[in-house]
Amino acid sequence: MSESEKAARLSVFKTYKLFVGGKFPRSESGRVYEVTDSKGRWLANAPQSSRKDARDAVVAARKAFAGWSGATAYNRGQILYRVAEMLEGRRDQFVREVGDAEGLSKSKAGAVVDAAIDRWVWYAGWTDKIAQIVGGANPVAGPYFNLSSPEPTGVVAILAPQESSFLGLVSVVAPVIATGNTAVVVTSEASPLPALSLGEVLATSDLPGGVVNLLSGRTAEIATPLAAHQDVNAIDLAGAEEVLAKELEIAAADNLKRVRRPQPVDWAADPGTERLTSFLETKTVWHPAGGSGSSGAAY
Amino acid sequence: MTTFDYAPAPESRAVVDIAPSYGLFIDGEFTEAADGKVFKTVSPSSEEVLSEVAQAGEADVDRAVKAARKAFTTWSAIPGAERAKYLFRIARIIQERSRELAVLETLDNGKPIRETRDADLPLVAAHFFYYAGWADKLDHAGYGANPKPLGVAGQVIPWNFPLLMLAWKIAPALATGNTVVLKPAETTPLSALFFADICRQAGLPKGVVNILPGYGDAGAALVGHPDVNKVAFTGSTAVGKAIARSIAGTHKKVTLELGGKGANIVFDDAPIDQAVEGIVNGIFFNQGQVCCAGSRLLLQESVADEVLDALKRRLSTLRIGDPLDKNTDVGAINSAEQLARITALADSGEAEGAERWSPACELPSSGYWFAPTLFTGVTQAHRIAREEIFGPVLSVLTFRTPAEAVEKANNSQYGLSAGIWTEKGSRILSVANQLRAGVVWANTFNKFDPTSPFGGYKESGFGREGGRHGLEAYLDV
Repeated sequence: MSESEKAARLSVFKTYKLFVGGKFPRSESGRVYEVTDSKGRWLANAPQSSRKDARDAVVAARKAFAGWSGATAYNRGQILYRVAEMLEGRRDQFVREVGDAEGLSKSKAGAVVDAAIDRWVWYAGWTDKIAQIVGGANPVAGPYFNLSSPEPTGVVAILAPQESSFLGLVSVVAPVIATGNTAVVVTSEASPLPALSLGEVLATSDLPGGVVNLLSGRTAEIATPLAAHQDVNAIDLAGAEEVLAKELEIAAADNLKRVRRPQPVDWAADPGTERLTSFLETKTVWHPAGGSGSSGAAY
Repeated sequence: MTTFDYAPAPESRAVVDIAPSYGLFIDGEFTEAADGKVFKTVSPSSEEVLSEVAQAGEADVDRAVKAARKAFTTWSAIPGAERAKYLFRIARIIQERSRELAVLETLDNGKPIRETRDADLPLVAAHFFYYAGWADKLDHAGYGANPKPLGVAGQVIPWNFPLLMLAWKIAPALATGNTVVLKPAETTPLSALFFADICRQAGLPKGVVNILPGYGDAGAALVGHPDVNKVAFTGSTAVGKAIARSIAGTHKKVTLELGGKGANIVFDDAPIDQAVEGIVNGIFFNQGQVCCAGSRLLLQESVADEVLDALKRRLSTLRIGDPLDKNTDVGAINSAEQLARITALADSGEAEGAERWSPACELPSSGYWFAPTLFTGVTQAHRIAREEIFGPVLSVLTFRTPAEAVEKANNSQYGLSAGIWTEKGSRILSVANQLRAGVVWANTFNKFDPTSPFGGYKESGFGREGGRHGLEAYLDV
């Protein structure tokens, strides 16, 4: 083998693509934008999603909702756990991507990725417990069996945190889908690459297509049509700055979306159940017990 | 068919003493409005003026919020067990005065005494009694240790269940340590003002509860006041959306209990006679002026004729008239404005091609009245199938399969209530599972209880009132 043949091998770049409906399309607009690391060095071109991409993602999320919300909680738990398994196997890749995106040392990036993997495990365990925590029988004063159960709100638009491009992302997406919602996620504007790579993990974790849809691009451009979309049921404004958050909240009122306002969060801290319960509805069903039919109410 | 006529059986008005005028209740005192404005409240069944009430404006809202803010410091700091005892006192006084309040409510609202006496008032007392018990048990409510109140709650309530909506708002707010500024509806201010007197009798510290009768402008001023921490509103979806917009970008927590277009689904194996009673209760209870009314009747085709025949027979026996008469089933519409809205929507039903039917009944010559009405041949595109009428008007649609029933039931911007009539348990569970509605009644309808969370999906609003769930709306969690 000659010296020239031993020359440094040219690496294969990855074309980063969106994740919509379980597929990896480019933006329909054909646009990309340059993504750099924390020192301004070029990392990749990311798709710059359009209003149309946002709408397509909502269609995919709506289509996936019946199946995902109708899956057993145990099944959803196993799939979320499978995401953790897949991530663990690709840990090195995410450590590199998170390190580049957020300017972290290898060990700090490693801690972030580990925390993100553990977060999937945490929420995987919640899928079949949350109903027991927030639902239950209500002792009404009459001959009725009365049961309150949590149900997913529907299609949730999520503006992922801008700074914490991976742990933050996982921390807002996992609780939304754990309870059976489907999600359209706008990734960190400046650091979309870990999120787009997560799509590859989700695609190989038995997660049905459309349950999570990932859109990179300009947050305001993608979020505005999502906040106004009549077939979106809720919006998490985690990644919106103050002025944008207010505009989006106003737009969201048009079909009374459930709105989670942005607030400072320590993504490394114990997440609690807040984000799980933010996107749940409570359904209460009355069944006559003894007596019959509509008669027999006793107050 | 021979029928026996009922002799009139009016409940006595002597039990209630309505003053010729009332003030705003701010900081424990009745006071005039800053600009001296007043408005009249009338009895909808006779148009008799019942009293003249001070009309709150922006300055009064500010004064009331300041009073509530001041009271918050001490009220939120007293031990939960003591707060509980105030609420228990209120519950007991309401029970003692329930006949008086029932008559008052019937006079001011127009609903039958049978309903105020047997439904509204018992539920009002029960609601305070239930939340009283939570005041010293909040650590165990599932919101972490020592959950904190939000502060001053601005509450705006409708006219359809004036005192019950007050109870749903005030009881959980006080139990969790908040203070309250509440605006009752302009057509039904009296029971809230009597409640102010109950607060006085209970020795409630001044400023903890403030009552501001007034119109929409006062409600908007209250919702928009910068020192209000919590907004709770029950009313129309349009106003609910306006509120959601107005609080955007603030830290105000909000719960909205809005409109509905509830589907009441009758399957071919339903107990027909019971279903008919449930249908009647679902849409003619409180003259249909109920956000969770079963205003869309979905009948399985194979039993549609049978159910409709039985329903028409039953409607012919409903007694419409003097709300104070103990035999009255259907009372007056709450206001001329509401009557006009119902009339316009019912007319659109006819204009769009649905078939209108009402039992033969004589309506009183004064007051606001609308005969129980049903429409058949209704399609999903008709306004009467899509828009909330908030009156005694039932739109009847049919379906063939359970899947079609679910599809039609869910085909609405609203998602507050639904009913299922079938003898098959597994069908109840599977249909209930698929309905996107906050409250589902199986083989019953319009049942309420303080322990049972109430609230909607979609554009019927968000947040829950009642039960453990109702605490969350008033806690900083």
